[in-house]
Amino acid sequence: MSAAVNQAGSEALFRYVLRLGDLSLVLGQRLGEWVGHAPALEEDLGLANIALDLIGQARMLLSYAGEIEGRGRDEDQLAYLREQGAYFNAILAEQPNGDFGQTIVRQVLIDAFQLELYERLAASRDERLAAIAAKSVKEVRYHLRYSSDWLIRLGDGTAESHARVQCALERLWPYTVELFAADELDLKMADSGIGPRLAEVQSAWSARMEPILTEATLRRPADRPHAWHGKRGQHSEHLGYILAEMQYLQRAYPDARW
Amino acid sequence: MEDKRQWPLYEVFIRARGGLDHKHVGSLHASDARMAIDHARDLYTRRQEGVSIWVVPSTAIVASDPTESDSLFEPARDKIYRHPTFYDIPDEVKTL
Repeated sequence: MSAAVNQAGSEALFRYVLRLGDLSLVLGQRLGEWVGHAPALEEDLGLANIALDLIGQARMLLSYAGEIEGRGRDEDQLAYLREQGAYFNAILAEQPNGDFGQTIVRQVLIDAFQLELYERLAASRDERLAAIAAKSVKEVRYHLRYSSDWLIRLGDGTAESHARVQCALERLWPYTVELFAADELDLKMADSGIGPRLAEVQSAWSARMEPILTEATLRRPADRPHAWHGKRGQHSEHLGYILAEMQYLQRAYPDARW
Repeated sequence: MEDKRQWPLYEVFIRARGGLDHKHVGSLHASDARMAIDHARDLYTRRQEGVSIWVVPSTAIVASDPTESDSLFEPARDKIYRHPTFYDIPDEVKTL
């Protein structure tokens, strides 16, 4: 195991990598719900492509987490056999799709976060994380292009599309606070040169959101104190339903393969 | 006034590799050219089909009239000497 792991402690790194992986996994699963239901065939494929990118990221991250843990759990066991309380994604990722506009708002908020995050993780002292981030950052850059283009079209579109995305923005914005709220684990990772400083990620994210919101003619909601702790395994009521659907097959038919 | 509920149609051309020409691969709906590029990327390059995309509004394509096929294409039929099949091609030339 690498020097970076020894310094940070493998238990801490395990949880940190799960945080990263679970964010992508849960968001990917959510986006997958659109398949067959998107407003146009072209968007159906666009959203599915993004979902598959995210699930690909989750596979790399969960595989790595399993290796760090060293108890023989692979990506599938981590994805399909963990309980809700052992998932460490920020709560924003599990929020419902709502209408297309709400899905786009959630996507922009997370894409911009992942872009800033991966750009910095690509310089991580942990070589494996750096490699995963360097690969993923190219995907995420396209995701943000897709989602921010749509946010601008909808925000600067008709009166109805504007009202809908503004409403979704008000609703989802408060959850972004959790992305940047650095707890002990985030600080530890930043101190050992594995993860970025979240305060730095936040100001970069904020600067990236500003022109998008302006062009979309949307009002930036005020930041409010939060009580979300998805990163610590305390989730909203939504995650249980997501996992019930995602894990059904492995729970009903253990070790099923096809 | 143009109906905004229906996105206009674009024709998509993909260049498979550097050095090859763009080939028509299909069409798609998009509200403008930038969205058409995104859609083309999502629909037609998912399996590494290309390195470059062109999109053209379908309305910009001018097509030949099928009822004129006889006068346009028939005359070429008996001019077999226009095919360069009477040359020996060296083995070293791969891509002719």
